[in-house]
Amino acid sequence: MKRRNFLVGMGAAFLAGCKEIGDSKWFGALVDTAESWHRGVHRTLGVSRIAMAPEYDRSEVSPFFRGNGTQEVGKEDYNAHRDAGFVDWRVTVSGLVDTPLELSMEDIRALPQRTQVTRHDCVEGWSAIGEWTGPQLSRILEMAGVQEGANYVIFRCADTLNGADYYESCDMDDAMHPQTIVAHLLNGEPLPERNGAPLRLRLERQLGYKHPKYLTGIELVASLDDIEGGKGGYWEDRSGYQWYAGI
Amino acid sequence: MMDETQAAKPRKKHALGTRIWHWINALSVTILFMSGLNISNAHRRLYWGDWGFAAEQAWLEVPRFPGWATIPGYYSLASARDWHIVFAWVFALGLMLFMLAALRNGHFRRDLTTRWADWKPSNVWQDIRQHLKLNFDHGEGKFNFLQKAAYAGVIFVLLPLMIFTGMVMSPGMEAAFPWMTDIFGGRQSARSIHFICAWLLFAFFVVHILLVLLSNPMKQLADMISGGRDDEAA
Repeated sequence: MKRRNFLVGMGAAFLAGCKEIGDSKWFGALVDTAESWHRGVHRTLGVSRIAMAPEYDRSEVSPFFRGNGTQEVGKEDYNAHRDAGFVDWRVTVSGLVDTPLELSMEDIRALPQRTQVTRHDCVEGWSAIGEWTGPQLSRILEMAGVQEGANYVIFRCADTLNGADYYESCDMDDAMHPQTIVAHLLNGEPLPERNGAPLRLRLERQLGYKHPKYLTGIELVASLDDIEGGKGGYWEDRSGYQWYAGI
Repeated sequence: MMDETQAAKPRKKHALGTRIWHWINALSVTILFMSGLNISNAHRRLYWGDWGFAAEQAWLEVPRFPGWATIPGYYSLASARDWHIVFAWVFALGLMLFMLAALRNGHFRRDLTTRWADWKPSNVWQDIRQHLKLNFDHGEGKFNFLQKAAYAGVIFVLLPLMIFTGMVMSPGMEAAFPWMTDIFGGRQSARSIHFICAWLLFAFFVVHILLVLLSNPMKQLADMISGGRDDEAA
């Protein structure tokens, strides 16, 4: 009996210790370090070429593309845009750029398009394959002219989750990556609302929460510190998910 | 030069590198397993192939793991991933360094390699019978066949599979090594294999602990800390 008590005690102490460590500042710093090591390794391994996410054949798309997070925006002005077919939808390009832009859906469709069949991996563990079409973000950023000192791109969204506006961000490597597109078509059709109508960012080398939906703005900044909660994204601010979601 | 001077000293039952790795690995695998159960709770279905998100594609509905079995002790995918991501480094680098050390000091060659004769069904059966009789005395060599098979299976198959299937699940890693996803038959297959291997490791853990408890546990524990003496092989 004594031995069992000892083991139970050890187990409880282990879990309590884990909780103590998990809540501590230094463990947070350690996690950030591990995260940047992972990012460094991923980028280093792909350095000799532009490492691309795998692309699939059109025949391999999932019969249905699951939506997660916001499925319905549920705001009056969004619904008005949706009901009008998004003819007056605008996405702004602002911040550290030479020429701020305001792009309509027509402008987006008039740019050179990239179509890619890719796999979407949710942080929860599931995957779905879809065909996405839209202009490369790099093309839009070139039009606006990125200024010296811009280190991150912030993506503003129309949806609100749990009382906070959804937003996301990525670094310039990912922003300029050929597979990073502003998608307006999924499997050849305008995006369904659950998948981000009318515009969704595709950031193929990272997990699903880094693919913001209902895009309203693209903003170039030097630092993430002063944006919303300062951690670079809705889930990062709210629940402490890693900013780099390449793992 | 080092080897000559050390040759006079009686060899330890467990080399220093083996002992250090054993305990670092025990800690990191425990943390990875328990944080992995928390991650599993985020989406309790497993699939084969590249994709899957709904019940009709699943080959297994995974039960929800209770808080006492997970790290942290409540559902938090973000924080479980933090633990998993930090200890993945400890686990993978630890295994790599142990493998290099065990190659260098002859542990693998001396203690884990088998001869063809060892695989004869009669020999394996004899080994199983002795285990079931709880007779752990065996002749020459540190390990009997079942021990060699179990340790080699864990060190060379299960632990590396955990690392490689884990890498396949990382979209950033996948962009650098896309062929690795294909080897495992797709990301969801890799996720399934990751899960299966985790439970095979758990099964190893249970048997390992059980056999230690049945064969002079305090001495076994002390030997894995101090190194013990080689002449009284396990």
